[in-house]
Amino acid sequence: MDTIVKIETNAMAVVKKRGTWKAILRHKVLYFLMLPGIIYLLINNYIPMFGIIIAFKNYNYSQGIFGSKWYGFENFKYLFATQDAYIMTRNTLLYNLVFIVVNLVLAVGMAIIINEVRSNLARRFYQSAVLLPYFLSAVIVAYLVYSLLNPDAGFVNRYLLKAFGVGDIQWYLEPKYWPYIFVITNAWKNVGFGSIIYISAMAGIDTEFYEAATIDGARKWQQVKYITIPMLVPTMVIMTILAIGRIFYSDFGLFYQLPMNSGTLTPVANVIDTYVYNSLKTMGDIGMSSAAGFYQSVVGFLLVLSTNLAVRKISPENALF
Amino acid sequence: MENKRTHWVIHVIFIFCSLAAIIPLLLVLIVSLTSENSIALYGYTFFPHEWTLSAYDYVFKDPQLLFQSYGNTIFSTVFGTLVCLCITSALAYPLSRKTLPFRKFFTFFVVFTILFNGGLVPWYIVMKSNLHFSDNIWALVVPGLLLNGFNVLIMRTFFKNTIPAELIEAANMDGAGEFRIFAQIVIPLSKPVFATIGLFATLGYWNDYWNSMIFQIQPKNFSIQYVLQNILLNLQFLSQSRSSNAAAATANIPQETSRMAMAIIAIGPIIFAYPFFQKFIIKGLTIGAVKG
Repeated sequence: MDTIVKIETNAMAVVKKRGTWKAILRHKVLYFLMLPGIIYLLINNYIPMFGIIIAFKNYNYSQGIFGSKWYGFENFKYLFATQDAYIMTRNTLLYNLVFIVVNLVLAVGMAIIINEVRSNLARRFYQSAVLLPYFLSAVIVAYLVYSLLNPDAGFVNRYLLKAFGVGDIQWYLEPKYWPYIFVITNAWKNVGFGSIIYISAMAGIDTEFYEAATIDGARKWQQVKYITIPMLVPTMVIMTILAIGRIFYSDFGLFYQLPMNSGTLTPVANVIDTYVYNSLKTMGDIGMSSAAGFYQSVVGFLLVLSTNLAVRKISPENALF
Repeated sequence: MENKRTHWVIHVIFIFCSLAAIIPLLLVLIVSLTSENSIALYGYTFFPHEWTLSAYDYVFKDPQLLFQSYGNTIFSTVFGTLVCLCITSALAYPLSRKTLPFRKFFTFFVVFTILFNGGLVPWYIVMKSNLHFSDNIWALVVPGLLLNGFNVLIMRTFFKNTIPAELIEAANMDGAGEFRIFAQIVIPLSKPVFATIGLFATLGYWNDYWNSMIFQIQPKNFSIQYVLQNILLNLQFLSQSRSSNAAAATANIPQETSRMAMAIIAIGPIIFAYPFFQKFIIKGLTIGAVKG
């Protein structure tokens, strides 16, 4: 009896195997289509992933990543012995936290009030205007900030501060203003884009809620408070969790381009991404740079994984896997 | 009564926001049209004492740097976007087909590139030392920008939700091969997602300074954005790059204004194309719900 079952399952396995093989052959054109993309991901993503072991090596150009000698945790010891490791981690986390909160509040606020604009033409114009900064490169944004903050000719020193009777400020030499400058610039660039998601979420709210509320005599701001905002909460939660998953990564352009290489601003502008870049390209210190990169990749990976699990619990259709 | 007042307040808020978004750009534009003298006397202002086109004259008199970097950016943008659309859709379409064996494995292969990356250093070494993407135009096109997992997932979800499986089956019964189905049925039905991904790819290439900064040594291979970055950090970069008698000219170079003119020339195409493409972006975001 047992052997018969065994033979049967074996036969089924063979048939199944042949079936799979046949199915693969039937889809050969599709596999062929996938080939260029797969090869690109292998080269651009997967080989560098294995190259991450460089952080544990004493890198030598002539021997390459895999040929260089092992170095244990020496690179990490050097990295975490410096003040830099603490400063860049603190900066990266704090800036991102503030960006998440500020951008969430402003994007939701903007979405709610743009929905109240009756005229189609005006609404389209406002939306286009606030979305525009999102499409400018970080270099251009650095030009715009410079045209405002240039200490000699800049608009702020020449006109704005004068109007308030305040003396000139050497913007590019004063670290204390830059946390605000980064937060404002980041919001200026991203809030318009962020609000689109909430605008489309609001389009999905059943109008009957508002009709019923109006009949009950609810005022506009009461409707916003008791209908719109609660209906937006799921979207807000998802967007926030996804942003927390990316909290170890920063907008490189913002922190690299805006300070225009001013050394005095480093303590407030140094984030992990700029540190990795500077130690690789400016200092040529492969060990430090790869150790910092490893630190970012691994912690970042754990964060993305755990936030994705959280998203999957709340709303599976927004999870990555 | 209350309603009317709130509406006015809302309009005022949005006029303020719109101005805040546009005014810095306007300032750069006006500075590029101001005479160097006015700037020395009055700084950057919205109402210059003396308007002039001399900054643009200067930039276009010896346009080698401008044309070269502009050419590099245009080439990488056009070529890169086309290849990006081809390989992204060609990878996404099979993943949208439920009958494909090992579909889950390949999808995870794509998803994992979003979750984890090796960091800058190994990527840089692989691209530069092993594949020789350095100091040539291909270094602006290939590393990093050609394909990303997010776009593949967005396209896959779009194909899955908009192309009915029955349609593909019917075409198959009529004897159409897989490639023909993809090229003649799927692609024409998927214009919106191609437009959205194409626009994001175009912007990614147009605004890219990173690949120049990290791979290029000679200015002849710089993208326009990286040239702009250099001019911003070093006023002399513009005059140094000129072939004509630089020493004689330095005395009356409109330095401050000509770099603003360069910035305006670089933003120009985006501003002109903006009214056309921002529609697609807004629409595209709503189809962009990943996962499925």
